[in-house]
Parts: sequence; C-alpha cells; structure tokens
Amino acid sequence: MIGTLAAVTTMYGNIAALGAGLAAIGAGIGIGQIGGKAVEAIARQPEAISKIQTNMIIAAALVEGVALFAVVVAMIG
Amino acid sequence: MASGSILNSKFFNILLICAFFLLAAPFSKAASAEDSTKDPKEKAKEAILEHIGDSHSWPVLGKTTIGLPVILYTDKGLEVFSSKKIEEDGSVYAGANYSYKLEGNKVKVVDASGKVDDATSKKVWDFSITRNVISLWMSAILLLLVFLSVSSAYKKREGKAPKGLQSFIEPLIVFVRDDVAIPNMGYKYARFMPLLLTVFFFILINNLIGIIPFFPGGYNLTGNIAVTGTLAVIILFVVNLNGNKYYWKHIFSPNPWWLFPIMIPVEIVSIFSKPIALMIRLFANMTAGHIVALSLISLIFIFGTLWISPVSVAFVVFMDCIEVLIAFLQAYIFTLLSALFIGMAIMEHH
Repeated sequence: MIGTLAAVTTMYGNIAALGAGLAAIGAGIGIGQIGGKAVEAIARQPEAISKIQTNMIIAAALVEGVALFAVVVAMIG
Repeated sequence: MASGSILNSKFFNILLICAFFLLAAPFSKAASAEDSTKDPKEKAKEAILEHIGDSHSWPVLGKTTIGLPVILYTDKGLEVFSSKKIEEDGSVYAGANYSYKLEGNKVKVVDASGKVDDATSKKVWDFSITRNVISLWMSAILLLLVFLSVSSAYKKREGKAPKGLQSFIEPLIVFVRDDVAIPNMGYKYARFMPLLLTVFFFILINNLIGIIPFFPGGYNLTGNIAVTGTLAVIILFVVNLNGNKYYWKHIFSPNPWWLFPIMIPVEIVSIFSKPIALMIRLFANMTAGHIVALSLISLIFIFGTLWISPVSVAFVVFMDCIEVLIAFLQAYIFTLLSALFIGMAIMEHH
C-alpha cells in the first residue's frame, strides 16, 4: 500500500493534494448540512431569521476553520 | 440606472473591461520571456507566490517598482539602504559592515567571493520596511482619515441626520454594536466596542484594498500569518485579562473532581486553540482567495493560448465578486467570534 502510494506520488505529484481534497469533501458535507438545516428552520420560523443566520454563520465558520487547518497542513506537508 | 440592476449599468461594463487589463498587469513580469526554457507552470507558481508573499520593493506596474528602506541590525551596528540596490537578480550591495544580497525574499550576508554566509546572516536582524508594512501604514492612515472625519461630523451635527461619509459608516458601526457586540456580551458591551470596531474595520479595509488589482492595492496583508497572528494575540490577551472568576473556575475546577486530569489540560489547550483558529481562518481564507484569482489568470499562460482568456476572465470576475462578499464575511466572523470569546469570559453565571 505504502509502496504504491510512494510510486503514485513520484509519478503524479504531491500526495498533500489528496489531503486537501479530502478536507474539502468534509467541509462540503458539513457546510451543506448547516445550510440545509438553516433553510429548513427559516422556512418553519421566518420570524427567527436573524438569530438562525447568526448561528448558521458561526457554525459554518467553525467547520470551515477545521477544513482550513487541513488545507494549511496539506500545503506545508 | 433606470433598469435598477447593477449588471446593466454602463459603469459596471467599464469596470469589467478595466478589471481584465488590470488583472494582467501583475503578470507582465511573469509573462515577459526572461527565460523561455522554464516550464510555464513553474513560472505561474513563482509569480503567484511572489504576489501573495511579502517583498522588499513595492511593485507599481510590470517591472517598475518603488524602492523601500532596508533596515538591518547587525552585530556591528545599524545599516540602512534602499532596496533598489539589491533588487536586480544577484546584485550585491556593499554596506558599511557586510555585503548584502537578496535571496528569495530574505536579505543575506555574502562574503568576498559572493557566496551566502549563513552563519553571519543568522546574526542579522531584519527590521526592513517591507511592502506589507507600507500597506499597513497606508490603510491605517486611510482609517484614521475616515474615522476622524466621521467622528468630527458627529460632534458638529449632533442630533441631526448623518450626512455623506457618515451615513455610509453609521450602518456598519450600528451593525457591529447591535448584531455582534450586544447579543454576545450583554450590557457590558460598551467597554469592548472600540476594540471590536477597530478589528472589524482594519480587517475589512485591508481585505478590500487587497482585492484591488492595481498599484496601491493588491497586497495580501490579511493573508499574512504574522498580521493575523498579532490580531489573534490581542484577542487572547483581551479575553484572558478580562476573564472573571466564573471563567477561571470553569477552566480550573470542573464539576466532578475525578475529571481534573482530563479537563484541565483540555481547557488550557482551548484557551490557546481559539485565537489560533481565528488566526488560521483569516489567513487561509484571504490567501486562498488570492491564489484562486491568480491561478485562473495563470491558466492563460499555462495553456499558452489567448483563447482561454474569456473563460478565465469570466471566472476571475466571478471570483472577485465572491471575494468582496468574503472580505465582509471574514471581517464579520473575526469580530463575531472575538465578541463571543470575550462574552464567554465576562458573562455572569446565574
């Protein structure tokens, strides 16, 4: 497994790109969930839109923070 | 403007055309055939990294640059000279104490034979006024001008409706107060408003000037980890110096006593991980935005054909629109999370 990975890396470029891609998948799922649930909540309670939006942005920022950690590590590594 | 949509206005079309030509300007250096043997991919990478990093000279247009002072503190004394003298590739400047050369972005000491002397280079402290320092001063002066004029307008027109610049800034200040400070910090918000407003407008103005692709703008200050790190350290100090007894009790005495060995280290890590997350978030967001915009323009040079340019310009305009949104969003998120952390430290328990 490791040998194959090493061979692929030397042929096609840095394996860190794979890490960045995986991080993007994770963040995509996370932010998709947050956005979807927020829209559902707003549809149910349109009067609470400002509170929902604030909490949505905070949660999205936290998810994004984790993804960006992974991207930075992938860029350095 | 009768149609109402900004996309139909003549002004927007002119902007679109200007954006196309101006975006190409930073690349005239990479595009000039300095060494045609090099892979265009590598050249694009170099140009992008050069753009997002700091530098000792201030690029104006193409190869024209403004020299900035290089200030070095060596073990034999202070040394000041213009960066024009070491700007050319491989040119060596003979100072009073040592000879210097630019290697990448770093000023290095060279010995008589022209080789880099690493041992002496480590003893040299670089306090140069670089492009980022100049752009920070520039945005600070701009902020001072704007806010001094706005605050004097408030004094002069007390009790009257806002006018001019004042009416542009007031909604933002009220937004920071009503949507960021009060919900997160409660009635104690007034003490922290100066900090939150400073952080918000500093990040916002640097994000926005960073998107402007031509001369005074186009730097990457909020995408510099040292700048965001400094902001994060300020927040770290503000949070911990204002923390009340409930905040410290929460950290040092978790409820069941047998959780001490697990919870105390976790809480101590969380004190530091919050500002680190703030630092990384702003840095990575802004840097990623710049890299994406520049990479899309680089596609023209990588493919080596002009036919790709409509595609990449369309994408760059799209990305720049998103970047304007992100510039506001990141300033908002940084301020919001700072307010949240401060609020958690000063909240009374009941």
